[in-house]
Amino acid sequence: MEGVQNIVMIVISAALVNNFVLSRFLGICPFLGMSKKIETAIGMSAAVTFVMALASVFTWIVQKLLLQPLWLVKFGVAADKVPDLMYLQTIAFILVIAALVQFVEMLIQKTNPSLYSALGVYLPLITTNCAVLGVVLINMQSEFTLVESLFNGVGAALGFSIALILFAGVRERLDDADIPKPFKGFPIALISAGLLSIAFMAFQGLAG
Amino acid sequence: MNYRKIFLNGITKENPVFRLLLGMCPTLAVTTSATNGIGMGLAATFVLVGSNLVISLIKGFIPEKIRIPSFIVVIATFVTVVQLIMQAFIPSLYESLGLFIPLIVVNCIILQRAEAFASKNKPFASIIDGLGMGLGFTLAITLLASVRELIGNGTLFGLQIMGAAYQPALIFILAPGGFIALGLILALLNLVSAKE
Repeated sequence: MEGVQNIVMIVISAALVNNFVLSRFLGICPFLGMSKKIETAIGMSAAVTFVMALASVFTWIVQKLLLQPLWLVKFGVAADKVPDLMYLQTIAFILVIAALVQFVEMLIQKTNPSLYSALGVYLPLITTNCAVLGVVLINMQSEFTLVESLFNGVGAALGFSIALILFAGVRERLDDADIPKPFKGFPIALISAGLLSIAFMAFQGLAG
Repeated sequence: MNYRKIFLNGITKENPVFRLLLGMCPTLAVTTSATNGIGMGLAATFVLVGSNLVISLIKGFIPEKIRIPSFIVVIATFVTVVQLIMQAFIPSLYESLGLFIPLIVVNCIILQRAEAFASKNKPFASIIDGLGMGLGFTLAITLLASVRELIGNGTLFGLQIMGAAYQPALIFILAPGGFIALGLILALLNLVSAKE
């Protein structure tokens, strides 16, 4: 039971309390770039969710298998002789993510061509979505287990999706609003995002 | 191409933060104090200059199809260098920038310059471009950070500026304040450039 509770807390914390976009400032570029239409926002959210969940699992495996191979101890390697390749973490993780994105791109292209053409331009951009690299680095910093990492990735992606889709709805309305000229475009979008972020601060109370 | 023009391009006409709206994540996340702003700006500048130089040197050897992954590996290498240097020599700044140092890898400004400039130009021009863009980024985020620190904490680079009676508007150094302060600065710039 405790395990389940722990997982629920991780998901809620990643999705709402420490919302990736609105309180940790990760993934702002797609948040501002992809939020002009609700449909593209939904497509982008789906692709990011998929990549984040896979990336959480694969980077965890890379970390434990290659970068910090503590399993070598079981095979008679002295604990202080285990190679520590932590300085390669950033490079290794970004390569894993780039490869995953390429894989997802090919997979969608083969299985669902219509979704592929809808997402086309945005798919490769996920590599440089800092929310993906952010979540895998946070997984490692918090020393999550494999399952916890997976759910942290899913929770973070959920938070990203909620913020992106809500914000797309707000921006569709902003198009018709009468906005003072200097505020048109990005300034008003940023200020709306600020207000959305204030609303999300209310979730801080959930973290007991 | 004259070098002065390339250099100034990044600071004014194509300022990455105020004009191109690139690199928004570190821009909003680390600008809670002016010191953090400068630290992040200089770290990104170092990576920009280094990656621009290397990419423009090796541009002839990289096949078209795998150029983006290759650029990212070059960038990640320089980020790791910065990370190790900061950890060793300025641990306090390293602590406060935290996650956002490894995240320089996915800062769109750096990849955009690699793609748009360094992969098409000579090494020296690429260095100048990296310097200009980096300084433009540094100036912009230091400005944003100063505004946020001054309003949200009453200080500037950690020094007390506002009188003791000033009640800091804490919201400006919390997450929403980042969005709102940047929105207001952009609106102000629009107003100024419309007047000209």
